[in-house]
Amino acid sequence: MKRNQVDKKQLIEVSNGGLLERRAFIKSGAMLLATVAAPPISQIAVANDLSSLPEHMKTPGIPSIEYGQPSIYEKEVQRKGVNFFQSGIFTGALTPLDKTKGIITPNGLHFSIHHNGIPDISPEDHQIMIHGMVDRPLKWNLSTLLNYPMISRIQFLECSGNSAANAVSDTPVLGSCTSIHGQVSCSEWTGVPLKFLLDEAGIKPNAQWIMCEGADGGSHVRNVPLQKMYDDAILAFYQNGERLRPDQGYPVRLFLPGFEGNMSVKWIHRMEVVDSPSQSKDEQSLYAEFTKEGKLHQFTFFMDVKSVITSPSGEQLLPENGIYEIAGLAWSGRGMVKRVEVSADGGKTWADATLEGPVMNKSFTRFTIPWKWNGHNTTLLSRATDELGHIQPTRSEWKAQYTNFTFNHYNAINAWHVSSTGKVSNVYV
Amino acid sequence: MCKLLKFSFHALCFSIVCISATAFADQRTSGGKHLSDTEINAQSITIYPNGHGLPAGNGTAIEGKSVYMAKCLACHGSSGTNGVAPRLVGKEGYPKGSTDVLRSLSVGAWPNATTIFDYVKRAMPHNAPKSLSDVEVYQLTAYILYLNNLITKDQDINKESLPSIEMPNKKQVINIWNLEQENQ
Repeated sequence: MKRNQVDKKQLIEVSNGGLLERRAFIKSGAMLLATVAAPPISQIAVANDLSSLPEHMKTPGIPSIEYGQPSIYEKEVQRKGVNFFQSGIFTGALTPLDKTKGIITPNGLHFSIHHNGIPDISPEDHQIMIHGMVDRPLKWNLSTLLNYPMISRIQFLECSGNSAANAVSDTPVLGSCTSIHGQVSCSEWTGVPLKFLLDEAGIKPNAQWIMCEGADGGSHVRNVPLQKMYDDAILAFYQNGERLRPDQGYPVRLFLPGFEGNMSVKWIHRMEVVDSPSQSKDEQSLYAEFTKEGKLHQFTFFMDVKSVITSPSGEQLLPENGIYEIAGLAWSGRGMVKRVEVSADGGKTWADATLEGPVMNKSFTRFTIPWKWNGHNTTLLSRATDELGHIQPTRSEWKAQYTNFTFNHYNAINAWHVSSTGKVSNVYV
Repeated sequence: MCKLLKFSFHALCFSIVCISATAFADQRTSGGKHLSDTEINAQSITIYPNGHGLPAGNGTAIEGKSVYMAKCLACHGSSGTNGVAPRLVGKEGYPKGSTDVLRSLSVGAWPNATTIFDYVKRAMPHNAPKSLSDVEVYQLTAYILYLNNLITKDQDINKESLPSIEMPNKKQVINIWNLEQENQ
């Protein structure tokens, strides 16, 4: 318990509930507690008795393998598998946000939802086609496009239905940050700006939309506004430096920064330039929202400003009272995150969290704030604001717009309850 | 002297920018190859609300029922509402006794009838997509519309009649993208 004994005068509370000023905290030299209990410190070896050193200090290690793998001691850092409609085909995997730290999601941990399974596509046989309202219908081999100029951006991708359980369940579901909020990830995406291909084909004056089709079993379709294609859309070939994983659309996917995930059509092969959308299946109800007034909102593309505390978070345990670092992620599909506030008293008072750079457009932003937990019941919240001034709504504000079963685009303030035993669980405020 | 140096440095930067921009322009306009009408037609399966893309052929709900029993029943159930797969019949909202959000959606709540043809043809059956003939797809489209009380059991569904069928939710639709663009 020594590590908890810090000079209380130096730990300046910046709001109720024990949120601390960052600078004073660092100066005080207070030790942070981890949500997972640390192993006991080994006995100190007697000088010169090297036999008690661990085995790995007395034997040579193994050589590297061609493609590196995570440590065998990190086996529990896995995506959580999901399926929909009891289908073995309409499946997915959720990012373990609570078991990773940083703004880049490792490729093997990026979330994935695929309506008709993951196809096996050889890049040699794959083509990109553009036709419809164009001067010149064109096709490209991937080897050609791989020699086109490319841009790289570190940007998030979030499923429209992320955090849906909190949107629709009358009582807060039991679950982890992974199971509730794991349909969001962030990567460096590298690819060819769509505008190069569109200029090459020549877009007719009345064209407004592009019907984008994947080459998977169900030929997934979304209609994308032409304006977005010119603004910042890319055909992505690389993710975090390596070629896309099969469940991210290998050999090529569309990537639309800030738009709901399924718009970034994976395994894309055909684009038809049109004047109005084809009204694909997913645009009819799965990715549309019914309002309280009985209206059906279609083409709600932007993933609005949102944040989630990843540590401490659902199903974690605070082993003892003391000082912890609250950490989380914030993002906005409309631009940069400007501010993240944290509350440690259920939303009565708030303090600004530190935004860890770089803060980028339509990207994950990591935030942290030190917190002294006094061992009592409390509720932790985070509330993000983006550069447009949009701020996360409360759950009741969000619910007021939609019918009871609407579950897409849920970006309300998320809350974690901390019990006096240190147990962290999902809660509504 | 100092001024001159500064000027040369700027001139150098400027010429570098020019060179790379030219290189980009050359690279990006040379790769596409002509895509023929034959190639386009072989791949074009997308159906639009105005009927664009609908093939020849036709079908009725009576014919569709037997295809449904053979190809769809296992997942969608005998009534189109009692299988594990998404509901085909009825309005949006939780069906009686259910709080499963995925059961709240229904093909009967779709705003566009042409989408039924489009999706059945491209993606159904779930385990054998694109295995149905155009006539079978017309028959199944008719059967789903019939189950939703939108057509009679012997009404002919074809490329002329399908786009004219008005789904109940069509008038409830708001295109949020267009709305946001207009308000900007």
